[in-house]
Amino acid sequence: MSTATLAPPVAVDTTGLHARPDLGRLVAVELRKMVDTRAGFWMQVATVALTALVVIVALAVGDAADHTFAAVFDVGIFPAAVLLPVAGILLVTSEWSQRTGMVTFALVPVRSRILGAKVIASLALSVAMLAMCAGVVAAGVLVASPPVDGAWSDAGTLIAQTAVYLTGGILTGVAFGATILASAPAIVALFALPITWTAVASLSLFADVAPWLDTRLALAPLHQEVLSTTQWAQAGTALALWMLLPLLIGIWRITRREVSV
Amino acid sequence: MIDSEGLTKQLGGRTVVSDVSFRCEPGTITGFLGPNGAGKTTTMRMLVGLSKPDRGEARILGGRYRDLPNPGRRVGILLDASAQHAGRRGREALAVSAQTMRVPAQRVDTLLDLVGLDQAAGRRRVGAYSLGMRQRLGLAHALLGEPEVLILDEPANGLDPEGMRWMRELLRGFADRGGTVLLSSHLLAEVEAVADRMMIIGSGQIQAQGTRAELLTQTGTLVEAADVAGLDAALHHAGLAAHPADGERRLVDAEPEAVARAAMAGGVVLRRIAPAEDAGLERLFFELTAAEASTAPQDPNPIHPELTGATA
Repeated sequence: MSTATLAPPVAVDTTGLHARPDLGRLVAVELRKMVDTRAGFWMQVATVALTALVVIVALAVGDAADHTFAAVFDVGIFPAAVLLPVAGILLVTSEWSQRTGMVTFALVPVRSRILGAKVIASLALSVAMLAMCAGVVAAGVLVASPPVDGAWSDAGTLIAQTAVYLTGGILTGVAFGATILASAPAIVALFALPITWTAVASLSLFADVAPWLDTRLALAPLHQEVLSTTQWAQAGTALALWMLLPLLIGIWRITRREVSV
Repeated sequence: MIDSEGLTKQLGGRTVVSDVSFRCEPGTITGFLGPNGAGKTTTMRMLVGLSKPDRGEARILGGRYRDLPNPGRRVGILLDASAQHAGRRGREALAVSAQTMRVPAQRVDTLLDLVGLDQAAGRRRVGAYSLGMRQRLGLAHALLGEPEVLILDEPANGLDPEGMRWMRELLRGFADRGGTVLLSSHLLAEVEAVADRMMIIGSGQIQAQGTRAELLTQTGTLVEAADVAGLDAALHHAGLAAHPADGERRLVDAEPEAVARAAMAGGVVLRRIAPAEDAGLERLFFELTAAEASTAPQDPNPIHPELTGATA
């Protein structure tokens, strides 16, 4: 008696070499792609160098009593806050503008998996940059040792809130990149649209809704002060409009769009 | 194995690929021949899921490409050698894909070596590559996962004659070991030199397909006479369409026997009569792809336009 069972005539080998690359592998590849090009490499170097520069300048000027962690951190995260969203945009748009999508999506035909890997890789990069910022600022504040009480007050909360600020920023970049699928227009839109919106929202007509939908009003407190419940709600609605909505549009576009030659 | 059934694609309101069906068997090289813009690239993109067909279906190794769990290990693709990040080093471009499809990093160096890109070339950024180097990098990329099927769009583009011969030998060896190859070209000579089977595509439709011998049977007769005017008159009288060929020869759309009878009836002495072979294949190629004839280097008009005037 045989216990062997018949294999289906056309079996897809899903083991060994032919197993699907898992998500962890795709995330590692996307992280690698963020730093292995000339532009990507220098952008990460610039973020670190500018952070150190900004922190040194912040500690060198002004009153020693103002050199608390909270005050220095507020300016210290500025380079990362500006450059991370650009990294997020390029992570997506380079697949089209550099046409690497033809390789990427041929190797991983289920495109939503690539987009998922890009989102996770972006989060990892922004957390790494946050750790770098917090480390540089902490080192600076230690060296300066400001002669005030509470030099380190709220440090933990501010770092945690800034995690939301930076990850929200890079995901907004990914979302704009995915929606627009071209590097330069996406970068212009990322910086110009919220400014335009701020201008429009400053009209008294919009005075009530502005704090809820204006990223500058709603998100800036994340790295400046401990948020109230209302402020959290405002940050949430602003992120829903500027990050979640374009991300959904982007997923829809990427999974349908022809990868052109 | 590659199976295409009725692939159809419209882009911008124009039918770019229309009802394209073919089959590529293991152990063979299939040449996909057609002028630029005939639909070769769009067809190949549909085979690998980069473009979605409006109608029809493509199967690779028995299933849909997108259902292959790790497609890079089964199917090697070169659709556009320039589709690499200009700011990434050549070796790194391969290494990224090797990591994705779980190929050991050593294989990257093996392949760079195989395609003739040395260490220094591997360290250079792809943006600084010549077209030939990009093509070699693209071939290395296609072979990286030790695939069973190769799909190559204009692989000979930018290669020098030595590189082209090297590539032909490489593809021959790949097919002889049981691999399936589909390669496209807009140059007849390139495809003829390597392909077991040919498909000619024009205006988005397969115009003819078969082995070289099968295609040659429909290519007509090459005939030469001292009295060219007499020959033309005799052929015209017999209702056979003739086209100018090399020198004073005529390429006739008929079997040699019919041509010989026409000549005999007209009392014309022939110097030479034979199946058209290469000249005929070239003519067939231009004729079948006539919609793109504005770029064809050979005048497709027959000597007696009234005989085939309806096709103008």
